[in-house]
Amino acid sequence: MQDTTTSAVHVSLGQAFWQLLRRDLLLTLRRGNEWINPLVFFVIVVSLFPLGIGPGAKTLQLIGPGVVWVSALLATLLALDGLFRSDYQDGALELILLSPHPLSVLVLAKVLAHWLITGLPLVLLSPLLGVLLHQDSSVMWVLMATLALGTATLSLIGSIGAALTVGVRRGGVLLSLLVLPLYVPVLIFGSNAVASAGMGLAVKGQLSLLGGMLFLALALAPVATAASLRVSVE
Amino acid sequence: MGGGVRGDLKAVNRVVIQGLEARELECFRGETLLFQQLSFTVRSGEVVQIEGGNGCGKTTLLRILGGLGVADEGQVLWDGVPMPRSRPELYSQLAWVGHRDGIKDELTAIENLQAAQAMSEHAKDVDFSLVLESLGLVDRDTIPCRSLSAGQRRRVALARLAVTDAKIWILDEPLTALDVAGREQLQRMMVEHAQMGGMVIYTTHQHLPLAGCDCKSVVLG
Repeated sequence: MQDTTTSAVHVSLGQAFWQLLRRDLLLTLRRGNEWINPLVFFVIVVSLFPLGIGPGAKTLQLIGPGVVWVSALLATLLALDGLFRSDYQDGALELILLSPHPLSVLVLAKVLAHWLITGLPLVLLSPLLGVLLHQDSSVMWVLMATLALGTATLSLIGSIGAALTVGVRRGGVLLSLLVLPLYVPVLIFGSNAVASAGMGLAVKGQLSLLGGMLFLALALAPVATAASLRVSVE
Repeated sequence: MGGGVRGDLKAVNRVVIQGLEARELECFRGETLLFQQLSFTVRSGEVVQIEGGNGCGKTTLLRILGGLGVADEGQVLWDGVPMPRSRPELYSQLAWVGHRDGIKDELTAIENLQAAQAMSEHAKDVDFSLVLESLGLVDRDTIPCRSLSAGQRRRVALARLAVTDAKIWILDEPLTALDVAGREQLQRMMVEHAQMGGMVIYTTHQHLPLAGCDCKSVVLG
């Protein structure tokens, strides 16, 4: 008779991580074209420079790495505000906070989803914008590699700011103030690597540093974000 | 040996309560005192209603019990261990239906349940469509929750209680927007849960008769 009562199944951390990642990707898919906005912003900002400065190949070649990097940074920042906001507004964030699974791991799933939606398209699109700014074809892979490492770091660092400002009604400006100073090292090494590659210099050092920063952020940012989220909902 | 004796002494000094205990809670909202010296326990099989008028701190109290808020004084204990130290243990047994229902507009009812279940630790091996059907939501597995009515959304939120094996339910105004049939179904779920040894803490302004289980009430204000 007791057989009608169903048995409990243990939900592993891996399942929770995967389900949350899947949920966030599905939400983006269903929301239509919203995810494309930062990408369009990125393309438009980069293409404004040749219009404003003039199509001189030499100048563009010189400023190209910086322009692409700053634009990618701003595009990441633009998308950051939405990382936790909708979950906060409809109460889904409470369910995540009340989960017995480690919050930092769940946060990592959300940040990974966010990077796949906003960071990865930037990386894939960057060679096209490199061509627009007269970058050498040999530089393209450095541009993509630095952006891949860099945008992931930016998403991780940014998640701390997004978590801190999730309860603030118009937190966008505050978020930029909090996060932009922390973005500076990534910007310096990222654009410097691309510029060095353009001059035919070695870029191994900068790439290693960017990789180091990514792993540091990977280790520390989710924990800080989890703590910030708990403070923000209080 | 020595550790055992010390443990016994501790047990004599303070009886460990299995379940949730609020001990001398005090909370202010700005300058206003919401409640003070508030102590109560919720044990296995008990249903506790938090009573009080609008704005007297019911939701605040529930959030404190769930560890989403912090009391100005006092502590919340789960199986004798104070929060936030007992957070993993409490959360592995907690099902929460809050003031905001936590339902994603873009997902279907079933996808919402799936996502909620993944956030728990002990999932019940149940058919989601049967659970939704028992709550009067038929053929809702293809329609995004955006197009559901307020009452139907509340039912989806309550369906979360049936898909995890949580011991303690915290429900903030679960009757909001529910019709008579929905209310009766929730009543049945709560009584059944209590009879199986579960605990329920809830708030409501409506009359909710719960026959056949151990009911208590905590009055605020």
